[in-house]
Amino acid sequence: MKLQELLKLIDGDTLTDDTDLNREVKGGCGADLMSDVLASIQPHAILLTGLCNPQVVRTAQMADVAAIVLVRGKRPPQETVELANQEGIPLISSPYGMFELCGRLYQAGLPSLEKAMTETY
Amino acid sequence: MSDIKTDQGALHVAKKITDGAAGLITRVEELAYELKIEEVMTRNVTTVTPGMRVVEVLDLFREARISGAPVLSRNKLVGIISIEDLIRSLRRGDIEASVVDYLSSQVITVRSFDPVLEALKVFTQTRVGRLPVLDETERLVGIITKGDVTRGILRTLESDYQAEEVKRYRASHLFEDIVSDRTSLILRYTIKPRDFIHGGTASSYIKRALLRLGANPQIARRCGIAIYEAEMNLIIHTTNGGAIRIEIEPHMISMRAVDDGPGIANVELARQPGYSTASEEIRELGFGAGMGLKNIERCVDEVSLESALGKGTRLEMKIHLLAEETFGELHHPQDKET
Repeated sequence: MKLQELLKLIDGDTLTDDTDLNREVKGGCGADLMSDVLASIQPHAILLTGLCNPQVVRTAQMADVAAIVLVRGKRPPQETVELANQEGIPLISSPYGMFELCGRLYQAGLPSLEKAMTETY
Repeated sequence: MSDIKTDQGALHVAKKITDGAAGLITRVEELAYELKIEEVMTRNVTTVTPGMRVVEVLDLFREARISGAPVLSRNKLVGIISIEDLIRSLRRGDIEASVVDYLSSQVITVRSFDPVLEALKVFTQTRVGRLPVLDETERLVGIITKGDVTRGILRTLESDYQAEEVKRYRASHLFEDIVSDRTSLILRYTIKPRDFIHGGTASSYIKRALLRLGANPQIARRCGIAIYEAEMNLIIHTTNGGAIRIEIEPHMISMRAVDDGPGIANVELARQPGYSTASEEIRELGFGAGMGLKNIERCVDEVSLESALGKGTRLEMKIHLLAEETFGELHHPQDKET
């Protein structure tokens, strides 16, 4: 799914400059604990999170996340936006909550890119 | 046919510009020797025959948007006719004339296998604007103008530049360029305690360095995640911060995170998924899920964790690279992720 299409589904607002809306998103992952993200997410996913600090961007960078969606209309501090701009990771804000967002995206055909804990490397 | 003296070619004049431009000009000169005429010439040549009428040639020039053409008789080059020749005939009102009456039979030609420099010599020493190009068998195979030379050289300079840029950006040639019995690159970072704003910066630099060195994205990702967890542990838990050291070798990446306290009370417990000693404040920042060490173990091939309460912790991690993953020019990064 293209970022453009995803934005419409979630009434998203891009917070980063020059966001590439043609970027392909392969699936989704929702978490507020960064180690959970690092433990489970597969590359090129959209990351849904309630966390707004710069570590979200760092985590996204390490985990090859396609874009970050901040749930419940959260506005991140300036340093988070700056880091996202610097690292070229789109930062999006959506008015909906985590459950609603996961549901909307899943229903639109976006698969889960969270690895279940039973899986081992 | 083109025995022209070459005392002061344009390229030599150009050399007098500035020191800054000298590097580029030298490369242009080199290219004038390196590039063959056949590499830059125009191949589909519009030709005329001696019997064609001047008006016909005028129409042909207008349609083909050219200002001159070689004259061929039974596939043999017999002359060249340019718009200036046609103007001469028009001034005389000689519109019914044939090509044969106005062509220049003293044609300077160049050889397809000669360097571009030969054509440049002719251009700078005569007022000729286009040169027919002949092959070994005297057959006309193309035509060359100053524009063709400029375009050819620019094209080559551009691809040179791109190749250089790619090479400069991707430092993957490093391990081929430097010969030793065992080459390694060591990166060191100092991590400050509680520096949440800059947390992950070292890991970000490391991941980028690995990609630039030609690591495949999956390897860079595994290293990135492991070292990020280690970096955040230093920031969250240590008294005085710590040090990260990465050693990159063609076949192996060794990562080390060392600190001088407070140390881990129970290493076995710390390794269990979900176990965390992080404060509520740290958890609010998104850390302390108790997954850090588990994540590290999952990402690397070898882990060793030694800790002594009051003394400090030493975490060593190794990733072995398979033959096709080793660093270097031969193994360009490929996205093997699914």
